[in-house]
Amino acid sequence: MNKEDVKTKNNEAWVYSDVVKEHFFNPRNVLKTEEEYEADGVGVVGSPSCGDVMKVWIKVDPHTKKIIECKWKTFGCASAVASTSILSVMVTENGGMLLDDAYKLRSKDILDRLGGLPENKIHCSVLGDRALRAAIDDYRNRHAI
Amino acid sequence: MKTIYLDYAATTSVDELVLEKMLPFFTEKYGNPSSLHSVGREAKLAISQARETIAKHFNCLPREIIFTGSGTESDNLAIIGVAMANRHKGKHIITTKIEHHAVLYACSYLEQNGFEITYLPVNKDGIVDPKDVRAAISEQTVLVSVIFANNEIGTIQPIKEIAAICNSSKVLMHTDACQAAGAFILDVRDLGVDLLTINGSKIYGPKGVGALFVREGVKVSPMLYGGTQEFSRRAGTENIPGIVGMAEALHLVQSEREDENARLIKMRDRLIKELLTLIPKSRLNGHPTQRLPNNINMSFLDVEGESIILHLDAKGVCVSTGSACTSTDLEASHVLLALGLPDELAHGSVRLTLGKYTTESDIEYVIKILPEVISRLREMSPLCSKVEDYAGLFERL
Repeated sequence: MNKEDVKTKNNEAWVYSDVVKEHFFNPRNVLKTEEEYEADGVGVVGSPSCGDVMKVWIKVDPHTKKIIECKWKTFGCASAVASTSILSVMVTENGGMLLDDAYKLRSKDILDRLGGLPENKIHCSVLGDRALRAAIDDYRNRHAI
Repeated sequence: MKTIYLDYAATTSVDELVLEKMLPFFTEKYGNPSSLHSVGREAKLAISQARETIAKHFNCLPREIIFTGSGTESDNLAIIGVAMANRHKGKHIITTKIEHHAVLYACSYLEQNGFEITYLPVNKDGIVDPKDVRAAISEQTVLVSVIFANNEIGTIQPIKEIAAICNSSKVLMHTDACQAAGAFILDVRDLGVDLLTINGSKIYGPKGVGALFVREGVKVSPMLYGGTQEFSRRAGTENIPGIVGMAEALHLVQSEREDENARLIKMRDRLIKELLTLIPKSRLNGHPTQRLPNNINMSFLDVEGESIILHLDAKGVCVSTGSACTSTDLEASHVLLALGLPDELAHGSVRLTLGKYTTESDIEYVIKILPEVISRLREMSPLCSKVEDYAGLFERL
């Protein structure tokens, strides 16, 4: 399904693009065992009562300042799961994204890669970039950058 | 892959026997019942017979049945129609926090137009206390509307007791019995109600047709203006195939009622017991026994309903949820919140409603895959809530 279909059917909560479905059913980079994972930065946003919580862990190459690993866990609907999954791919593909570039990612960038979301689900993708920025902030605080 | 449909509370398929009765009224018996000629008379006769069938099951007079276009329309006609026709007597209506939106939004429309509405609470199992109804009745009260069996959590309300209170206070009583129509005897005299709603699409009848029982002598203002159909209370050429189908559907579900209830209750209770045992941090929403034979509503901590539904759907199982994420207004189920559940438990809710085509092997399949789905989603959830943090909400059956 292309983006136009999603836009025109924005009242139909179940209309998801193929990319969304793929990342929902086969999410990439989910963190399985939190206890053993040593991240360089961690960020968490959302609240259970609102229906979405996202937690993002990043590992950063200290020399290149590129994100080399991005792990996550998400409580939420298909849009929330898929947008965190695709975000984790976006920041780690092609050798990893520079921290400064990753910090500039916005929900629109995630939406574009997902092939759009139903209109009432767009807030789910907004959480993804916020969680990533929280993790980058945490990394910078830890390293006093 | 076989589809296992467990969303009978959303709608049912049309029974083959019902469809058979309906079909002639699309083609050879196509008349307008208002026409005087033979073709029209044939259609008029079909409506009369359907009205009699329903009246027999309701234990009422045929002229006390009004055909409408849906359960929603029947609810709207009952609430707004009674309010408008009786506004000189008073402008207060009592209902509950767990009504279907067809009642709730009809009430809020009246609220915006100068009526006062009392929304009664329910207890933690979702049951209305008749004493609360009595206490809420004032000189201004004209109508009480309480759902017979709730569409989300299946709880059965003490309709007879509430109706008795209304009758003794000279207040009219309406009940939405759409979900209850297949499972209970709908004797309106025995129940003591003045108005009662049913529709076709929950009882293996067609969509787009409903009925409203209005006790003789009760004044109801019409919502649609035009011809004199339905005793001038609902204008518009009648949906003959729909009406014929709904009457046949009601007749069929009522004749199979006792056996089917017993079969459904057995499967329902097995599924509830197994899921509560197999899935940690799970709870049954609604009353354990005072509920529809086909209704299961459960909440699972740390997972979200839409995700559960989509995973089940991918495995061929169709269910629904009270999570905000599947509603267009992004608000969690008002029914689950009225039970006192925190938002996150409403978000993590799933409703499974069984029906006449549900088999024991369908139940076994759900018992196998639902725990797997919950466990998979919990693996990717950052939450790790503790049952102890939800005092009183997780005691076992």
